[in-house]
Amino acid sequence: MGKEKTRVIAALVENKPGVLHSVSNMFRRRDFNIESITVGGTEQEDLSRMTITVKGDEKTLEQVVKQMSKLIDVVKVSQLEPENIVTRELALIKVNIPDNKSRSDVINCVEVFRGRVVDVSPESLTMEITGTPDKIDAFLNLMKTYGIMELARTGLTALSRGVSSIRVDE
Amino acid sequence: MTKMSGAKALIESLEKQNMEVVFGILGGALLPIYDQFCDSKVRHILCRHEQGAAHAAEGYARASGKAGVCIATSGPGATNLVTGIANAYMDSSPVIALTGQVPSSGTNTSYMIGRDAFQEADIIGITTPITKHNFQVRSAAEIPRTVKTAFYIATTGRPGPVVIDIPKNAQTEVAEMDFSNGIQIRGYKPTSNPHPLQIRKAAELLAEAEKPVILAGGGVITSNASAELLQMAELLLAPVATSFMGKGSFPETHPLSLGSIGMHGNPVANKLLCEADVLLAVGTRFSDRSTGKLDKFCAPSKKIHIDIDTAEIGKNVDVDIPIVADAKKALEELHERLAKLLKKKKNSPWTNRVKEAKEQLNPPAKAGSKDLKPKALLQELRKLLPENAIVTTEVGQNQMWAALYFNALKPRTFISSGGLGTMGFGFPASIGAKVACPDRPVVDIAGDGSFRMTEQELATSVTEDIPVIVIVLNNSVLGMVAQWQRMFFKGRYSAVKLGNVPDFVKLAEAYGAQGLRAASIAEFSKAVKTALKSNVTTVIDVPIALDEDVAPMVPPGCGINEQVGEY
Repeated sequence: MGKEKTRVIAALVENKPGVLHSVSNMFRRRDFNIESITVGGTEQEDLSRMTITVKGDEKTLEQVVKQMSKLIDVVKVSQLEPENIVTRELALIKVNIPDNKSRSDVINCVEVFRGRVVDVSPESLTMEITGTPDKIDAFLNLMKTYGIMELARTGLTALSRGVSSIRVDE
Repeated sequence: MTKMSGAKALIESLEKQNMEVVFGILGGALLPIYDQFCDSKVRHILCRHEQGAAHAAEGYARASGKAGVCIATSGPGATNLVTGIANAYMDSSPVIALTGQVPSSGTNTSYMIGRDAFQEADIIGITTPITKHNFQVRSAAEIPRTVKTAFYIATTGRPGPVVIDIPKNAQTEVAEMDFSNGIQIRGYKPTSNPHPLQIRKAAELLAEAEKPVILAGGGVITSNASAELLQMAELLLAPVATSFMGKGSFPETHPLSLGSIGMHGNPVANKLLCEADVLLAVGTRFSDRSTGKLDKFCAPSKKIHIDIDTAEIGKNVDVDIPIVADAKKALEELHERLAKLLKKKKNSPWTNRVKEAKEQLNPPAKAGSKDLKPKALLQELRKLLPENAIVTTEVGQNQMWAALYFNALKPRTFISSGGLGTMGFGFPASIGAKVACPDRPVVDIAGDGSFRMTEQELATSVTEDIPVIVIVLNNSVLGMVAQWQRMFFKGRYSAVKLGNVPDFVKLAEAYGAQGLRAASIAEFSKAVKTALKSNVTTVIDVPIALDEDVAPMVPPGCGINEQVGEY
């Protein structure tokens, strides 16, 4: 086994039922590990974009891309260059608030991290925070002291910088 | 545009693909389609188990080079196809599997897909990891394009099985059908032309090679590249080993043939492959049974790998020059380049080494031996059969003896379950092969264990008048696992003894087939001659010793040149 690293793979796939199943099934069957996966629309209505974070050595990552390309409903796959991409993840975090001091401390933290408070109750605060996974990890670390009641992370999504893209033109 | 039912559109689509035959078993969810067979020139062959139908379709495909079609009803019919579909996937065979499905919508039924209806199974979910692609048709109008696309995907690039799941409502629904619709798949563009730079690099490497070896896989057969392979071998004076799946791609009686490599490969092939300085591998996926321990596989050689599937490059074996292309085109272009670089040679130390190794490691069978040893028996069978006869095998010792001792001379004449190792494959596959090539003898080399797994297809072969020959190497034991128990489990037999049942002669006769028994080489020879002259399926029961080993063998975890046992 070579040195393991984490990489982001972007794929344009047919926007139709069963495609997510065939992709995830291939990962399971080939013993590849998905760290995170996000699926959503693109600028082309009939295509969806999958952003998959995968951990593995060079050879494994190459196989992931090749095996994904083989799937008929996968139109294009690319391993994004880590130094040349913008990545974002969104997290919703519900934190336990026992008193007013905690409340103002948490709100201060949210401002430093450029997040937003999206819901307030007498005993809790719910915040949204967007950024790279590292930034979200750092924020979550801070919140642990207050007690995280509930957390939902979307998983990472990414685009390459500049004019380059994995777009397919008909 | 013509108005018709989905069922009719399906049959017309098959006709437009020039499909003359479909192997299958009907059921409730297929009644509208089966009604259409009454008026169609497509021949339906009623099998006795869906697994048999799937293997028959694959036998047909591999003998003919065209797609093979099987059909089964929803639920258990479809799940019974699964082994056959998985087999076609592992051996890259173009098989189209049509399955009935409970309705996907409708006003006259309350049971639909997803409600656990009677005979409902999620065959799309089940077959996703064992198909090249699968489709679930949602309306009748989709059928013509779906069938066209399925055939295109199954037969192009690296071939493989495609499932089309057809809910009952799509069969009965009447719609305007457009058969002129083109294929639109933007996610599938199989490569076929080699990159000129890679061809140049490969030619330069081969021109300098002192000890070149060619390894030919099943891809050579799929791309009909045997003539190009022969031309390449003779230009390079390179010996040719095949993978098990490549058996038949190169005539095994040719002076440059080494036979097949692998766990039970020919010792000459295994040995010389590991002496090569340049290995030219064509259309092979370097399976574990072929390579043995990977870091000992052809360690000193530079490797060129031609394959149409990009994902096979570097998957198991690291290569120096990858060429992603159709085997035939790549070999043609490589030959053209190489012919300019290479001085024509007659002999070299390497060709002398090949000759000497063959004489030393492939001694002829001992003359005058009257014993019913598999080696002598299979060499005798070769003499009895014409060059173009098709041989299928079951899986286990029978298969490995056939690989070692039965010389395949032409492509598509040796059909066996390589990747999945499916016992019970050979007999239904022989039926499919016979349908594809009715004028040639078709012989299934079987063991008693394997034959029992699909023997009910005797009914199919007799009632549908598809005469084949089954040679049962009968040791009353699950031979290959028994051999492993002898070798690696201190000879403690566990659950391998099958007993002396059934009487295969009587079994054949019970089905209306011919049953013969041979207790010596002379009787065997006579029985095969009788079978070849008969126009009914013949089962030849050949009792052999229970403890007969397949030798030589590469023990698990060893390099292929660390083979033990005599050829």
